[in-house]
Amino acid sequence: MATITVNKDSVWNGGQEPMKASYGKLMMWFFLLSDAFTFSALLITYGTIRFMNPAYTGPREEFTFSPNYWPIPEKVYEAIPFFHGVSAPLVFVGIMTFILILSSVTMVLAVEAGHRMSQKEVEKWMLWTIVGGFAFLACQAWEWSHFIHGTDEGTVMNDGTVFHGANLIKNQYGPPPFANLFFFITGFHGTHVFSGVILNIIIFYNVVMGVYERRGHYEMVEKVGLYWHFVDLVWVFVFTCFYLL
Amino acid sequence: MAHTEQAQHQGGGMKNPVVKRLITVTIYLSLLTALEFVIAFLQPPGLLKNLEFGILTIFKAFYIVGEFMHLKHEVKSLIWSIMIPMAFIVWFIVALLAEGGSH
Repeated sequence: MATITVNKDSVWNGGQEPMKASYGKLMMWFFLLSDAFTFSALLITYGTIRFMNPAYTGPREEFTFSPNYWPIPEKVYEAIPFFHGVSAPLVFVGIMTFILILSSVTMVLAVEAGHRMSQKEVEKWMLWTIVGGFAFLACQAWEWSHFIHGTDEGTVMNDGTVFHGANLIKNQYGPPPFANLFFFITGFHGTHVFSGVILNIIIFYNVVMGVYERRGHYEMVEKVGLYWHFVDLVWVFVFTCFYLL
Repeated sequence: MAHTEQAQHQGGGMKNPVVKRLITVTIYLSLLTALEFVIAFLQPPGLLKNLEFGILTIFKAFYIVGEFMHLKHEVKSLIWSIMIPMAFIVWFIVALLAEGGSH
């Protein structure tokens, strides 16, 4: 049998990892880089369209919704489940942010447990991450539902009719692009969260079946972990653009 | 990775230095988010306010990418492979905002 001799002196001869990361992990990084470009494009679009539209200039206390100017975010997102009519500005999105950060923490604890080859702990933390992902998706479903159905009062539109909630053509909160961008960008992020949860479930199944225990390392947990943290990272930016600025 | 082998002999509890570090980062992230809320309600709108939100968001991103995604502890060539292309995003923001502001 012929033996292939690899010159280990040069990184250019193959068989080495010059970046001290496996092929799969590097490719996950570059995929996330490209995804970062996509999300940046969407958020910059939000920024430019927002500043193309007139802003509300009057005092904050007298703010009312109108299709003629961009709304103040905390006046739009002020509802919380089970407390109908109670004004709690940004409380619900604050809870959503916290859920996503915590699920990122449990993910990183799963990766840490994987380094110690502790199957039971990886299972535990992966499961918590999946629970966090579903909790976030449930919150977003409620948020969307509230956004679509609108407030009891609705808004008097420019044609004199009262309109409740939002669709892609008109909405009670502000100019039509406001709702369109909300649906598209939070929807695109939500799709990422959803696919992240699916990936986490697949990896969780493999962990439980002992696939990585037999393989000798838990690197797959690290790879989906990178994706999951990225979803959290994007939310940090979406949160700033939509709810704070 | 040195700290991985070091952690091998410890459990997953609070005594593990990796876990300790993660909890510290979690507290930082929570505090930064809380600070954003305080600013959102107390400060009148304006360029300064938006700038503060921008800076706080970059700090949060730094902790998530650096610690959770572990990029801070990777080799230099990997860090730069990810960070240098980010310059395109900066260019993108400057270009589009300049374009949008000219109308």
